[in-house]
Amino acid sequence: MIASSVLTLLGIGSSAAVVLAVASRLLKVEENPKVELVLDALPGANCGGCGFAGCEAYAVAVVVNEDLPANLCSVGGPAVAAKVGELSGKAVVAGEPMVAFRRCSRVEGEVRARFEYVGTQTCASAAMLEGGPYMCAWACLGLGDCIRACPFDAMYIANGMVEILPSKCMSCGQCIKVCPRSITQLLPRRARVMVHCSTREKMKSVSEVCAVGCINCLKCLKSCPAEAIRYEQGRIEINHEACLAYGSACEERCVSSCPRGIMRHHSPVPKAEMPDLDSLDTDASMERGMVEPEAAASRPMQAEADTKSDKESER
Amino acid sequence: MEESQVMHYVLMFIGAVFVNNIVLAQFLGQCPYIGCSKEKHVAIGMGAAVCFVCVLSTAITWIVQKKMLDPFDLGYLQTIVFILVIAALVQFVEMFLKKVSPPLYKSLGIFLPLITTNCCVLGLAILVQREEYGLGEALFYSFSASAGFLLALVLMAAIRERFALCRTPRALQGIPLGLIMAGLMSLCFMAFKGMIS
Repeated sequence: MIASSVLTLLGIGSSAAVVLAVASRLLKVEENPKVELVLDALPGANCGGCGFAGCEAYAVAVVVNEDLPANLCSVGGPAVAAKVGELSGKAVVAGEPMVAFRRCSRVEGEVRARFEYVGTQTCASAAMLEGGPYMCAWACLGLGDCIRACPFDAMYIANGMVEILPSKCMSCGQCIKVCPRSITQLLPRRARVMVHCSTREKMKSVSEVCAVGCINCLKCLKSCPAEAIRYEQGRIEINHEACLAYGSACEERCVSSCPRGIMRHHSPVPKAEMPDLDSLDTDASMERGMVEPEAAASRPMQAEADTKSDKESER
Repeated sequence: MEESQVMHYVLMFIGAVFVNNIVLAQFLGQCPYIGCSKEKHVAIGMGAAVCFVCVLSTAITWIVQKKMLDPFDLGYLQTIVFILVIAALVQFVEMFLKKVSPPLYKSLGIFLPLITTNCCVLGLAILVQREEYGLGEALFYSFSASAGFLLALVLMAAIRERFALCRTPRALQGIPLGLIMAGLMSLCFMAFKGMIS
């Protein structure tokens, strides 16, 4: 009985092994070896910042499609772009390092709530109800859809508003896709100025509800010698390329001319956090996302604890 | 086909999907039932993969049982032989799909290794032998039973998608609530008991 069981299992096992071994030869799928190399060079965060479903999809596309640029990975930055370009045989143009920015000052402007929202705690559903719970239709809803979308934990809630940690932000743009108000934007890390309001409303309806909303006076536009400020679709947009090209000779006249105080210096990015265009390798750039000053690390935790206790007491 | 035979198959289908649902009444395949039921499209993919593998493995194991184990009196080796055969089969199918049909591989491929040794697949292969079905009946029964699995999985996923939007006590979020729901659904399906004897 033992002999027959052993023999049977041995027979089935070894014949299955032979069949599988032969099949793996015959049915082998030829994959372009470059794809795997490119995939190894990518950070593997699968954040979708490049516009593809994940790192693998981008690796396949960049190898197959000759017109696809090699610098789409915003997480890896210039170092990864260089490697990918080399592997896929493309000229490398380093992209400008970007950072996400929340274009709203709702708390500062003391925008009142129109009603107390108690529904599903996501921005998407809050925005759908009667134009949202705030008097301003462009106000940050502070329910954190962007935080849940962020693959790098670079966002947190403080004082009911979303804050962004520039040291962790990889500019993948996921937060921009989910924001129902479109108030998160990407701007160059080197950007000099930025408007802290994204409303498209007219002057009167803005000044009634918000102390610091943009009233479209266009003083910044007129004061800019580089003509980098435009008035587009009801709000101020800055052409950062032109602004940076002009340089500091204008002494940021737009900032001093703004009567609402919302054209501000963009908070300077610390030197250590600016990716070095020449000497950066992939590992270092990944560390840049992970390592973080202690102060910044404790801040979001604190803020989170605060909002939690707030919610608890509300209940 | 005679009318009584058609009725036989219809009853078999209803019996396998509702009365003796493989997940909710026989409690086989609980692992993917809890693990793969967070989103509906994942649940459908998993259910389809199980359907596919169940029918295929039932066919192969039926032949193995009738042509190999029965003639040589090796019935006591049924479990281990079936496991071996199913594991090898799933591996082969995975390779075959990758070569022949990349789109199908993309939608089912990630689930195939997960169900290599799933007890739902093995359980069906053994159940079919215990009921002493013919090959046609066996294939139809395993298709119906895995359709029942798909139904249970999709229902569960739909409920859990709703729960994701509800405010639930923190201690119950996720798996605990999933298990409670699984129990309640099982109780609901008990109502079908006795419908077909």
